[in-house]
Amino acid sequence: MTATTETGAEQRHPNASPFRRFLINNRAALGTLAVFVVMMAIFVVANPRVFLAWPLYSSVLVTLPVALFLVVPLVFVVTVGEIDLSFPATMGFSAWIFALLVQAGIDPFIAIIGGVVTGVVLGAGVGAIVVYAGLSSLIATLGMNYMLRGLIMIITEGKSIALLGLRDSTAYQIFSSSLAGIPVQIFWALAFVVFSAFLYNRHRFGARVHAVGDNPDSAAQMGIDVRRIRIATFMYMGLGAAFAGVFSVMINFTWWPTTGDGYLLPALASVFVGGTPAWGGIGTVAGGAIGALIISFIQSGIISAGLTGFYLQFFNGLIIVLALLGHRWNQARYR
Amino acid sequence: MAERLIELREVTKSYGRVFALGGVNLHVDRGEVVGLIGDNGAGKSTLIKILAGVVKPTSGDILVRGQKVHNWNGARSRDAGIETVFQDRALAVQQTIVRNIFMGREIAGGLGFLRVRKEHSEAERLMREIGFTSKVFTPDSIVGQLSGGERQGVAIARAIYNKADLIVLDEPTTALSLTETEKVFRFVRAVRASGRSILFIGHNIHHVHDIADRFVVLDRGRVALKADKAEMETAEKLIAFMEHVAHPKGISSFDPSAAVLEVRQ
Ligand SMILES: Nc1ncnc2c1ncn2[C@@H]1O[C@H](COP(=O)(O)OP(=O)(O)OP(=O)(O)O)[C@@H](O)[C@H]1O
Ligand SMILES: [Mg+2]
Repeated sequence: MTATTETGAEQRHPNASPFRRFLINNRAALGTLAVFVVMMAIFVVANPRVFLAWPLYSSVLVTLPVALFLVVPLVFVVTVGEIDLSFPATMGFSAWIFALLVQAGIDPFIAIIGGVVTGVVLGAGVGAIVVYAGLSSLIATLGMNYMLRGLIMIITEGKSIALLGLRDSTAYQIFSSSLAGIPVQIFWALAFVVFSAFLYNRHRFGARVHAVGDNPDSAAQMGIDVRRIRIATFMYMGLGAAFAGVFSVMINFTWWPTTGDGYLLPALASVFVGGTPAWGGIGTVAGGAIGALIISFIQSGIISAGLTGFYLQFFNGLIIVLALLGHRWNQARYR
Repeated sequence: MAERLIELREVTKSYGRVFALGGVNLHVDRGEVVGLIGDNGAGKSTLIKILAGVVKPTSGDILVRGQKVHNWNGARSRDAGIETVFQDRALAVQQTIVRNIFMGREIAGGLGFLRVRKEHSEAERLMREIGFTSKVFTPDSIVGQLSGGERQGVAIARAIYNKADLIVLDEPTTALSLTETEKVFRFVRAVRASGRSILFIGHNIHHVHDIADRFVVLDRGRVALKADKAEMETAEKLIAFMEHVAHPKGISSFDPSAAVLEVRQ
């Protein structure tokens, strides 16, 4: 990559006006938003029957929250300079513990805690292996994903767990029912996005994630415990994956041994489509959330439009490539 | 006698089979400027990285205000009042000036959320204090957009934030223009005037002679000379000694026996 530090004259006076500064600081997220708007406009024109009707939006609101719980923590992991491909299995594993606890008659609230603790512990384990052994997170987490998923399959012999009783629980009412026709999990997911955005942009932890991803040697020289920060991002990923798993079980009243599998590539794509570059040090939570929105709409839209999965693949790929080209042009890499 | 801020005793460091430091004794007292000089690869940066806690010595002791320290690391070094401007500047270039200045010691409220306004105004004050200001950049500018000298300014601003007792500057004037160099010197004098100490590493002997009260010459990991300004009245004398160290049998006009200084090892 031959990025240049030469930027337009407008960036030489970043203080010119608060509005301009907002634009500059958020240009990746705003760019993603623009991609989303253009994409939706094209969809609406091409197929108003599907894209102007409620069912599509309702189905996006059901699938999107799960994606948000995965994409947002992944932004942290990528920003710190790592990658995590083990979150689908972590999601499946945490959801499994949740399902087992509910099946055993334990209060769903406590079962949720059980699932979440499982996710965080798995994240810490994955992070510790990567960080302390100094492994490539790309390969190591891929291996962890297969290992955990394999473990689930071996133990359950591929059998799912149905939890129809969940529907009557208070936990379900709070986390997964619908409010005026809108699935409530979207509110929980949005709360998670907002909290994460503050954590990322306005919290000591986020600042250190940026510093470590930008220049780990400098961060260490400034007294930051680089390994601890790296492991903490994997733990946050585990937390998000556990939430995603629990919500997906509550939506379906069923835990499948494959729970989480389908999210690997869409969630990854959302992060990068959202405007977080792959090289670490910078990124955008809001952009990642909009990226998840884009991917969700492509998936639900193609299916609602009655097109086959072939189109889904094509459009998914097209949007990813176009968005990356857009961001590439939009942000310079400083060295 | 002035308070002994920091002392290294018989510190060695080996990188595999390379001996970067072989038994170095060094101290810095309160209110003095110590100039550390030596050829490329002499071990100066290694020494100050040990001081900063980012490199572990192979053996030897570190004493802070007379007390031997254990489990020395970067955070402890900063807590002990040592701030370091590293040779490579240790900046995260994709982040803003503010984020670099407060890297590792963010100003945050009880829950760890940043006090962004406070950080911003503090950063502005620091930049002003050392005279690294410009209409072109603000505390929100990305460090990657700054020139080499401006980046140096950020690294120095970061070092003075804590009112550290000892500020270590590893080749702070390399690549600086005359005016910028003069700013660094003014800063060094101001620090000393306020009763704090500086450990100054440089290759320009004239500069070091100008600014330091005391000189330590490192040669291939060993202290070749410790001398007060009184003993090394002119930069030329220091240069002559340096040449003598580099070419012991050589052309130098320096006669080591004529100036029996505190020559060690
Ligand atoms: N991480 C490392 N691994 C191996 N050898 C190292 C490492 N760091 C330094 N060295 C070696 O230690 C010796 C001293 O290096 P150091 O950086 O301390 O020198 P210096 O006096 O600061 O030189 P300069 O004036 O060029 O900055 C050199 O021979 C160098 O090659
Ligand atoms: Mg050096």
